[in-house]
Amino acid sequence: MEFFEDWPRYVDVAINWSDRLLDGLWTTIQLTIYGGLLAFVVAAVLGLIAGSPRIWLRVPARIIIELFRGVSLVVLLFWLMFVLPQIWMRADGLPFEGLVYNTFLLGVMALGINYGAYGAEAVRASMTTVPQAQWEATTALSMSWPHKMRRVIFPQAWALMLPSLTNLWVHLLKGSAIAYIMPFVSDFTAELNQLRRPTDIWFSHAFIGLVVYFILALVITLFMQALETRAKNRLGRGPSLREILSPAPKPVTTGGAR
Amino acid sequence: MVDDEEVQGSPFWDWEFALEAFPQMFMAFLEVTLLVTVVGTLIAAVLGLIIAILIMVLPKPLAWIVRWATNFIRMTPIVVQLIFMFWAFLWMDALTIGIIVFGVHYATYMSEVYRAGIESVPKGQWEATTALSMSAARTWRKVVIPQALRSTVPSLGNYAISMFKDTPFLLVIGVAEMVTVAGQIGAPTFRYTEVYTIAGVLFLAASYPTAVLVNRLEKRLAYAH
Repeated sequence: MEFFEDWPRYVDVAINWSDRLLDGLWTTIQLTIYGGLLAFVVAAVLGLIAGSPRIWLRVPARIIIELFRGVSLVVLLFWLMFVLPQIWMRADGLPFEGLVYNTFLLGVMALGINYGAYGAEAVRASMTTVPQAQWEATTALSMSWPHKMRRVIFPQAWALMLPSLTNLWVHLLKGSAIAYIMPFVSDFTAELNQLRRPTDIWFSHAFIGLVVYFILALVITLFMQALETRAKNRLGRGPSLREILSPAPKPVTTGGAR
Repeated sequence: MVDDEEVQGSPFWDWEFALEAFPQMFMAFLEVTLLVTVVGTLIAAVLGLIIAILIMVLPKPLAWIVRWATNFIRMTPIVVQLIFMFWAFLWMDALTIGIIVFGVHYATYMSEVYRAGIESVPKGQWEATTALSMSAARTWRKVVIPQALRSTVPSLGNYAISMFKDTPFLLVIGVAEMVTVAGQIGAPTFRYTEVYTIAGVLFLAASYPTAVLVNRLEKRLAYAH
């Protein structure tokens, strides 16, 4: 029961270290946001290509997706960290030399590529779930490809894919804890682990770490649920965010699609 | 860090080194990676079902606690959980801790799958058991669970694959699984190209065919319904 007797000392240590912990937390948040943005771009591009009816577009996209999903995140991270720089070491004068030694950037890339490949499946699946009649209608109206994607297909697919993207983003947040093993990047987990040494109270701090990650995950979930509500409202299904958040909710009218 | 000249002098890919490294890595793959995946999946499958049933049968406040505990485990990183458990149970073998953490973490995912499976059992089935005055235990065992489990098999397969791909996280508590062994082999000569490529290929070679099988199973079960 030493833990309860020494409790005040632990609080002092935690306060002394709070700057480092906050720095680590900020790194984790940055990894999650940049990684998530990259993952979304990768998912949208690969997902659109993998859903294409042209086989010479579809097959390479599928191979890339399976490759990035199939090798584990850690293997991907190590490959980017240890193998990729060797190409730059061997050939002098390749561009972007500083970037391949930037471990933070490599971490973002590994997270973005890996979870982006998972997201590509979500994007492709939700595209095919948009009713066939909608696709046919865009053809009947002879809309151009960018036009029909932007105005008809994507808004509907977006509402469908958001739940999967939410899950993936939370997974990405959790996966970002592996940045702890990367040199020169001190994310939240790394700082927590450092904290163990001066305090010898790892148990309590690891638990605080879990709680902080849990709160971050909840924030992501709430944010994405708000996005989903908004996406559905714009399709004419369900109330708008303002209606939900206002203290006296107005009667909800279900209008048609705008 | 590394001597540039030395790196430039050596080939990018050395077959001899790769062949030397492969047996060790493959042993680690069989002994640790597969072991954790198989035992972890078994724990996840059983514990997930228990959690799902508990949430449904327990009185409200208790069910609420169980539900948020599973949410908590599901939404926190497996890496931090591994470290937490490692230091909390120092007397325990790191591999055992790894298996338990993976099993419990994925049990929380599986409980959601089981919940959906249980909810998909038609209401008429429940009413029929009441009409036949079956006991609650008998209802669950003979009527609900057999029907609920059918559609959950592919999800269990998918989670097994994703647990398999998460096993390298074990390196944070020093379990010598395949990727850790790969790093150890590469470290003395700083030759990582071969070992990490082999690790990636092994992961792909094991997970992709399984994923295809699971997909097929999923389609077959969907048609049979």
